Amino acid sequence: MATRVLMTGNDAIGEAAIRAGCDAYYGYPITPQNEITAFMALHMPENNRVFIQAESEISAINMVFGTAAAGKRAMTSSSSPGISLKQEGISFLAGAELPAVIVNVQRGGPGLGNIAPSQSDYFQATKGGGHGDYHQIVLAPDSVQEMHDLTILAFKLAGKYRTPVMILTDGRLGQMMEPLILYKGTPPPMQRKAWAVNGAINRKPNFIRSLYLVEGELETLNIKLQKKYAGIRQKEIRCEKRLTQDCEVLLVAYGTSARIAKGAIASVRAAGIRAGLLRPITLWPFPYDAIARIAKHVKGVLVVEMSSGQMLEDVKLAVNGHVPVFFEGRMGGGVPLESSIVKKIKSISRRKIMTGH
Amino acid sequence: MIKDMIYDRPESLTDVKTHYCPGCGHGIVHTLIAETIDSLKIRERTIGVAPVGCSVLAYFYMNFDVTEAAHGRTPSVATGIKRVLPDRIVFSYQGDGDLAAIGMAETIHTANRGENITVVFINNAVYGMTGGQMAPTSLIGQKTATSPRGRNVETMGPPLRMCELLNSLDKPYHIERVAIDGPDGVRKARKALMTAFKAQVDGKGYSFVEILSPCPIYQRLSPVDALKFVGTQMAAYFPVGVFRKEGTVVNA
Ligand SMILES: Cc1ncc(C[n+]2csc(CCOP(=O)(O)OP(=O)(O)O)c2C)c(N)n1
Repeated sequence: MATRVLMTGNDAIGEAAIRAGCDAYYGYPITPQNEITAFMALHMPENNRVFIQAESEISAINMVFGTAAAGKRAMTSSSSPGISLKQEGISFLAGAELPAVIVNVQRGGPGLGNIAPSQSDYFQATKGGGHGDYHQIVLAPDSVQEMHDLTILAFKLAGKYRTPVMILTDGRLGQMMEPLILYKGTPPPMQRKAWAVNGAINRKPNFIRSLYLVEGELETLNIKLQKKYAGIRQKEIRCEKRLTQDCEVLLVAYGTSARIAKGAIASVRAAGIRAGLLRPITLWPFPYDAIARIAKHVKGVLVVEMSSGQMLEDVKLAVNGHVPVFFEGRMGGGVPLESSIVKKIKSISRRKIMTGH
Repeated sequence: MIKDMIYDRPESLTDVKTHYCPGCGHGIVHTLIAETIDSLKIRERTIGVAPVGCSVLAYFYMNFDVTEAAHGRTPSVATGIKRVLPDRIVFSYQGDGDLAAIGMAETIHTANRGENITVVFINNAVYGMTGGQMAPTSLIGQKTATSPRGRNVETMGPPLRMCELLNSLDKPYHIERVAIDGPDGVRKARKALMTAFKAQVDGKGYSFVEILSPCPIYQRLSPVDALKFVGTQMAAYFPVGVFRKEGTVVNA
């Protein structure tokens, strides 16, 4: 049996990055992700990899750009305000089709906010964040094991699609310790790097471009990007379904909120109420179809988030008015209580379904 | 002894028409960089980082690998390349807006870490690409789109002298300012670039070459007068010379 080790979520991400073959890590201190930067400061040099504490998040994401342009694996991590600063860089990575992994250990906002866990950067992460018509793949772990596993997956997807991948987690998952099994495989392969700027030896020079002034050129690039995104939507949607076969109330939650939702479901099931959970693991691409299919046979859907209701909009799009969608959330670093979720589930389960008109 | 001189296009320069305005300094410096790279025989292992500015399309003219960078982040992108490919020759090419305004933090910290890269700084005292706005290096009294009555020291501060600023740091290996105001200045610029790139090839560390450069359109002068402006007014405020040689301050 594989041995399990005890680690914080933040360390589990760092350890995974090294095991995924991350060549360079660039960071800037911000709570509650500081453990990642400290972990990388200690362990990247031990593994003959590059570590730089940059002068800002802006500089860090652009160092990532350089390393990715050179055809190597790069990662940066930060928390909400720092991630805001990285948005221009992420847009550039998407436009130049460069692979990179970005970790957002979310904290409460807006502004400097606080250092409590939050999920209020969902819009920023899934709807673009930076300028231009682009998407990044967004992965949402809900355990320390997944912090580790999804980091490996992030490098794999970044390399496969030549696109930035964000791990969207929060301060609670980052700080808490759980046992996990470490990745033992080889680093995921990168695509052939015929495009990299690593020296024009026996080949024509390569250019990594960001500006397209000739009429139509930029539209062509955008069409290419959208094709890539369509492929990602088709192949990479991931979600966990728990007790959704027979459920009359469907909960949708990710990350920390999903853990609390699982507790609430166990408690109402004991009381004979059939609740189930769909937990998106990819927030972009979003599991619209999976939610729509389950929503067909439930009395109502309950979205649980640590925000004012951001993923809620995507769930409503998925449900498309078929059944009512309810919301339970806390803002500004507040964490939803299991008891209030239970209350909402109970009231939804009492609803009478109207059939016919 | 007179050496044989072959006046030809360097291999490191592509054979295309330039988009730069008549009298612009960028084309001259592109040629000088290409000549330097040819002489050092490093074309196949050189990677250029182009800025956001008039020279954003520099890759169009360079016959080696080039990447663009976000405005001002040019030295961070160069750092990200050099650290994972330490045997490659990496240089950033930046205007005054890119290097001394939006990218000031990156400029100073890259130099302070002593990254083994070369920074080529084109100081034309204006923002060219965006239409002639005031640059951090615009001269006192200089009229630009955003200093229509001339740069006023009281509200806009005086121009920034980047060589002097960087010379206060411990790590840079070579810091030099030249002015391409005529054939002599161009020769000196070629020599400075050679020293800077050679330093990197030898693994000596950070090298910085500031080139005072004409921009007739936005300096609001004829091409000939722009050269005079560079050699007299600009050079009066930004003295040319070597500030750091082999890691030692020579002109504090
Ligand atoms: C984040 C950002 N801000 C502003 C701009 C607009 N912009 C493009 S080039 C430039 C300044 C160019 O001036 P300089 O660096 O001196 O180079 P030059 O064009 O004179 O060669 C600016 C402000 C931009 N592209 N990105």
